[in-house]
Amino acid sequence: MPPEPIPSTARRGLLGIETLERDEIQWLLDRGHYHKRKPGESAKKLDTLRGKSIVNLFFEPSTRTRASFEIAAKRLGADTISISGEGSSLSKGESLVDTLNTLAAMLPDTIVMRHSASGAPQFLSRFLSTPIINAGDGQHEHPTQALLDALTILDYRPTLEGLRVSIIGDIGHSRVARSNVYLLSKFGADIVLCGPATMLPRPLAELAPGILLTNDIVEAITDADVIMMLRVQLERQNVLNFPKNEYFQFYGLQWEHFQRAKPDAIVMHPGPINRGREISSEVADSPRSVILNQVENGVAIRMAVLEKVCGDC
Amino acid sequence: MEIVEAEQEMSRLLIKDGHLIEPSSGIDERRDVLIEDGRVAAIEPRIEAVDAEVVDAGGCFVAPGFLDIHVHLREPGIEHAETIETGAKAAAAGGFTSVCCMPNTIPVNDSPTVTSFIVERARHSAIVNVFPIGAITKGSKGEQLAEIGAMKKAGIVAISDDGRPVMNSRVMRRAMEYAASFGLTVIDHCEDLNLSMGGDIHEGAQSVRLGLRGIPGCSEDVMVARDIILSEVTGGAVHIAHISTRNAIEMVRHARRLGIRVTSEVTPHHFALTDSDIAGYDGNYKMKPPLRGHIDKQAALEGIIDGVIDAIATDHAPHTGNMKMQELERCPFGVTGLETAIALTLEELVYPGKISLKHMVELFTTGPARVIGLERGRLFVGGPGDVTLFSTSREWVFDVNESQSKSKNSPFHGRRFRGGPAATIVAGKTVWQAPVAVAA
Repeated sequence: MPPEPIPSTARRGLLGIETLERDEIQWLLDRGHYHKRKPGESAKKLDTLRGKSIVNLFFEPSTRTRASFEIAAKRLGADTISISGEGSSLSKGESLVDTLNTLAAMLPDTIVMRHSASGAPQFLSRFLSTPIINAGDGQHEHPTQALLDALTILDYRPTLEGLRVSIIGDIGHSRVARSNVYLLSKFGADIVLCGPATMLPRPLAELAPGILLTNDIVEAITDADVIMMLRVQLERQNVLNFPKNEYFQFYGLQWEHFQRAKPDAIVMHPGPINRGREISSEVADSPRSVILNQVENGVAIRMAVLEKVCGDC
Repeated sequence: MEIVEAEQEMSRLLIKDGHLIEPSSGIDERRDVLIEDGRVAAIEPRIEAVDAEVVDAGGCFVAPGFLDIHVHLREPGIEHAETIETGAKAAAAGGFTSVCCMPNTIPVNDSPTVTSFIVERARHSAIVNVFPIGAITKGSKGEQLAEIGAMKKAGIVAISDDGRPVMNSRVMRRAMEYAASFGLTVIDHCEDLNLSMGGDIHEGAQSVRLGLRGIPGCSEDVMVARDIILSEVTGGAVHIAHISTRNAIEMVRHARRLGIRVTSEVTPHHFALTDSDIAGYDGNYKMKPPLRGHIDKQAALEGIIDGVIDAIATDHAPHTGNMKMQELERCPFGVTGLETAIALTLEELVYPGKISLKHMVELFTTGPARVIGLERGRLFVGGPGDVTLFSTSREWVFDVNESQSKSKNSPFHGRRFRGGPAATIVAGKTVWQAPVAVAA
């Protein structure tokens, strides 16, 4: 007999941006800003989450997100353990529900989870009382990435409202794009989604208000305040949906493109970057690139998220 | 040597005071029905039969036994999900007196041996009539034709490679030609597997939002178009299983105007739900074809109303609980449906005034019987004593945990219904009766 789902009102955690209210996002951004390292300071160690235990469960390979969550938890004084997909009992044929129930029985305060299947944390949250923080589910959402991206944009702009943000690349397969679309739209930004037609399904325009779709990178970049480049997620395409060798020619970000953007436009990328595939090296290494600021802000925003989900905030 | 059977007392069942809806004769009024030794003995305004067992059908509708031409009983081979016995019980609890079971068992029903096994198992363990459907190709691999003629002699009533559609159009053409000479309808699960590859739910706004891979409507449309063209070329009858897209329905409508021998069925979940009902990444909303968009559902309703759709069939597809308790993309396709079909039809089609009760009965009796040329779906003196009683007033809640099926994978768990099956009578024997409501 299937277990009865937990009523949605009893669920906590952070599963996605789509269902968050603007106020909740603003709180996280403010708190993330508070946790940012001030120039000249070394990183603080706090004890907000002392005595709390956090399980990082990464069923999909990850370097930055996993390290970022672990450092964020440790800076808050929490105890963490990290489990990766290859070493877990999932590789021994255990179902996801059983694995999670086993972990939940050890009473962690929060489970941070990345999974290759869209909706895996949403599905689990229906049966698990431990709060789950979604560290990326398939092609669906990557909420902490969108939060850290917003925090980064706000380092360079006073507000998100009215900004023109262009997201370029494999949008269809991108959880980063979806979470960013939801967040930016809630704050009144204009969003341009750009990529080859085979990676830009038309219903993307219905995700949220204020979205423009284009297959032309020049159009996408024109007057942009923020250019977000995405990796082509070859691992999520059953068969290759585009001629690989000409991708850079039509959808790679090159220095010449900048003449079209706003003079102080910034370039972002959630990483890992593929130089010469979606972004040229000279762009990636230019002063316009804020890629490493994103990484740094990732720790601050994840501290805020952890406090919100497993602290008393 | 002559075998003298022990003299048995004649069994007599009298269904009293019900409102009979018998589409083939046009009866739509109060009638009593007397069944003797499994056959209908009389249909009269009032019958007195002192020694007969009486079923009080007062307040109920009485109809020829309902027929579901699309179920999966999982036996042989997948008995942990369903058996012929449990599937038949679920059918009875859904008001069906006959079901046609798809051949995608292990082994596939592609030979008279497997067909005979199913027929025998059904004879011993099923409380409703079970009519097997044979495979089109050996192992449903889409390459060589199965032993279609021999299977027909063993008891199949149609052929289909349901779930593993024949992609090779030459093979499909030959199948239609060959099957036609045996008077068999080819039932096709229309899906271009290249177009649908890797998909989990209908391709559209919802799949994009949920980050799930899409099964585009065109994967169904192109195969329906192919089948119609092949049917015209061969003269063979083709039946579109679980039709679900606006374009497919429109093409069938057009083909029928041209006199092409194409029929179609729709499932209750396709006329009751759309892809926007998919919530919580719940595997119980995952099936093939997937729940489609709003315009497709509207087209299905129109197709039912104007008769392009001949039958309602459940595509009852049991999967054990743990198979559906997974990440959605890992869940197998299919939902159970036998026990909710009548109630959903009443709620979605009859009460809103889209179709009459008589039309509903046709969709469960004469419609599906005509599709495969089966001598069922009518009540006449001398005919099979299969009767479905249904109510339009009984209030009940579908609790999947009380389902007669071995599997519990239904998206309708917890749904409140008014009306549904009341009693199921097979060959004059009451095999199921609705539980009597206990006052709270």
